[in-house]
This record gives sequence, structure tokens and C-alpha cells, in this order.
Amino acid sequence: MIRVVLPAHLRALARISGEVEVDVAGQVTQRSVLDALEGRYPVLRGTIRDYGNGRRRAFVRFFACERDLSHEQPDAPLPEAVATGAEPYLIVGAMAGG
Amino acid sequence: MSGVRVLVGTRKGAFVLSSDGRRERWDVSGPHFAGWEIYHVKGSPADPDRLYASQSNGWFGQVIQRSDDGGATWEPVGNNFGYEGATGTHQWYDGTPHPWEFARVWHLEPSLDDPDAVYAGVEDAGLFRSADGGQSWQELPALRCHPSGPSWQPGAGGMCLHTIILDPSSPGRMFAAISAAGAFRSDDSGQTWQPVNRGLRSEGIPDADAEVGHCVHRLAMHPARPNVLYMQKHWDVMRSDNSAESWHEVSGNLPTDFGFPIDVHAHEPDTVYVVPITSDSEHFPPEGKLRVYRSKTGGDDWEALTRGLPQEHCYVNVLRDAMAVDSLDSCGIYFGTTGGQVYASADAGDNWAPIVRDLPPVLSVEAQTLP
Repeated sequence: MIRVVLPAHLRALARISGEVEVDVAGQVTQRSVLDALEGRYPVLRGTIRDYGNGRRRAFVRFFACERDLSHEQPDAPLPEAVATGAEPYLIVGAMAGG
Repeated sequence: MSGVRVLVGTRKGAFVLSSDGRRERWDVSGPHFAGWEIYHVKGSPADPDRLYASQSNGWFGQVIQRSDDGGATWEPVGNNFGYEGATGTHQWYDGTPHPWEFARVWHLEPSLDDPDAVYAGVEDAGLFRSADGGQSWQELPALRCHPSGPSWQPGAGGMCLHTIILDPSSPGRMFAAISAAGAFRSDDSGQTWQPVNRGLRSEGIPDADAEVGHCVHRLAMHPARPNVLYMQKHWDVMRSDNSAESWHEVSGNLPTDFGFPIDVHAHEPDTVYVVPITSDSEHFPPEGKLRVYRSKTGGDDWEALTRGLPQEHCYVNVLRDAMAVDSLDSCGIYFGTTGGQVYASADAGDNWAPIVRDLPPVLSVEAQTLP
């Protein structure tokens, strides 16, 4: 079970509180985790990754195990601690004012 | 007793303001979608409990919300706005070609007779339609693919399709306006479009009377006389008497003819409202006095409406989609400001009072007249 932490706006949109747990079949990558997340919560489609090209939206960041994974390849394996559920995969809205 | 529901989009959420027909006491509901920019909320003329809202922000993009109970509860619907086919380019601010990129939905225009049908005007300029209550969206690409499209340039606020008007007397006829391309008309439900900017003169473009390139801020039509259209352009208030085939200026005695919204009285097709703004470099009312101007002659002769509006130290703006009218016997006029006030007049503009004073900056105001 993969643990995912969403930013407040997306928790409100998906009407969830706290962490989300998703099952991923096969290799645990950013793409497979996000696919599973969007499969469970279709309302999140287009809010994390661009519909047109599938890329991370510019002001969204992906963290795990105290590392910024935002620029990693989407099909690269996530850290073992994320795959085992020991650590969450964090989806973060970039800091900005306004 | 009949009532009114005023739908307010702001920089930080949506608000629903409700009153009975006297329009003296108001219930305020919101913020809905707190923290998100709500560019527009509008109800279906065919079912006033069916509302659509455009919710977006820079982090998480576009969401469309739908209510089937007049704004009490909402459900997110489809948010995939993909341009049809090759997207091509328009001009960027520096004159270089720039690919069309979807940014947000500026305006939602529900069908006049089908609650499940709704149009969306988007940035970068394009027109979309949903036939299933907002679950899925299909572009009507002919407008974006007009031969003049590669020459269109964004205004300072982005290249937005901000106005959609459906002609109630001619099925298939619709008008759209884009900043800064101009006004367009379709007579076949959006399958083909023609620019309708003859008579406009814009000093901010190289060819002042070009076919396209004008920064049209807003169009308005009275449904009982759809061949007459009014326009607030970047500068100039304009009128057409022939379904936008040509325009003539009706700025008349306005203190300044720069502004954003324009609207028409619900029962008097010749009574028009604008909010003059000082200039393109000073987006606030002249002399710090917030004045709505009304013409009862279809333009040219304008009177200032000030009773109940701040007449000193007022430096707010009123954005293009932030004025609306109800259709009660005594026509109500509403507008919202970038200072977060929503003002209402229950007597066609003679007297004004704020419904709310401290909302986030107001992006849009729509009024629904309820049975």
C-alpha cells in the first residue's frame, strides 16, 4: 500500500482528509502511483499532471524521503521506503504568495 | 414571492447572495471552493437550479463545478479542455509565434433551452461546448482556427475569450469576444465565424481600423432586440444596429469611455449601463468617485448614478464580467468591485446599497430571477 499526502486544495477537491492509500500493481513509480491515485479519485485528473502532455504541472512538486523527486523520470522506481509504505509520497503545491 | 440569486466569483472563492423580490435583505452563502479563483458562475436559463462554476488556480489548473440545487451543493464535473487538432500559434507579447496553451475558463454560457448544454470561453482564446452537463467538453475549433488567428495577440490579462452571447431569436447565431482580437459572429452554431469589428478604431494597434486586433472588453444584447449590440471596448463605448455588421461610437458625454462591463436594462432595450474607468493606465474611477453611467437613449446621452455609491477616495475597478441585471418588474442592477464590494440597485440604478463589502476581489457577477 502506497501512502500519498495531498495538498489541502486537492484534499478538499477529492473530499478526503489525511493521507490516501493506493494500491499499485507492478513497479512503484511516480507514474504508477499517480495513475492509481487518479483512478481512485478521477476528480484529480488534470490537477497534478497536465492533460495534454501528462507532465507535472509547473507549480506542483513531488517529495519523498526528504528528497525532491519533481525532476526525476516518471518511470523511475520510487524509494523502497515509499514502495513499502514506510514513508509517504508527498504531492506539494509550490510555495507562493497571493 | 419571486426572488433573486446573485452569483459572485472572486479571487478566493464563490459566493451566492439571495434575497426575496424586495432585495432589501440578503443571505450570503460562501465561500464555496475557498481559496480558488472563481472566474465565473452562471445559471441555466432553462433550469435556474442548474449552475456552472469555473474554478481554477495557478497550481492545480482548471476545475468545473456544477450544482443542481441552486448552489447549495456542488459536484466537480469534467475539466479536460483539449484543443481540437493542431493548435497552431498566435502572436506573443513580443510578436513571436506562441503555441496555443489552455490556461483557464473565463466565461460559462449555459444554453437558453437545455440545462445540460453549456459553452465555455477559455484562455488561450477558444470556444468549447458540453452537451452532458459539463462532464465532457468539445472545442468548436473554427473560431480559434479563423485565418486571422495567427495574428491575434493577448491583452495584458491574457488572450481570453470572455464574452459569449446566444441570440434567442436566431437559432445558431452567437457572438463571442476575445481580448485582443475583437468580436466575432457565427450564424451556424459555431461551425464558422466572421470577425465583426467594422467601425471600431483602436489607437493601440498599428492599423486603427483593422479587421481584427481590437481589445473588446464586453458585449451586451437585449434579448427582445437582438440585432442591437452594445460594446465596451478598451476605449470607446460602441453600438451596432445590424447584428454587429458595423459599429458606431456612443460614448457621448461620458467622463471617460474606458471601462470594462456594459449591460442592458431587462425591460428597456435602450437603457444601457457602463462604469467609466479613468484610463488604461489608471484602472479606477475618475476623481475617486464610483459612478455607474446610464443612458436611456441607447448611448450618447449618459447620466451619472451616484446615490449610495462612494463619492470620494474610491479606487476600485469593476471587471468585465462583474455586472448583471435581474428581470423583476423594477429591474435590479448589480456589480462587484476589485475591492470586494457587491452593490445592488433595486430601482434600475437610481439608488444603490452594498450587499457585501469585504469579499475578495470580485471577478464576476450574475443575477438570476427566481419564480
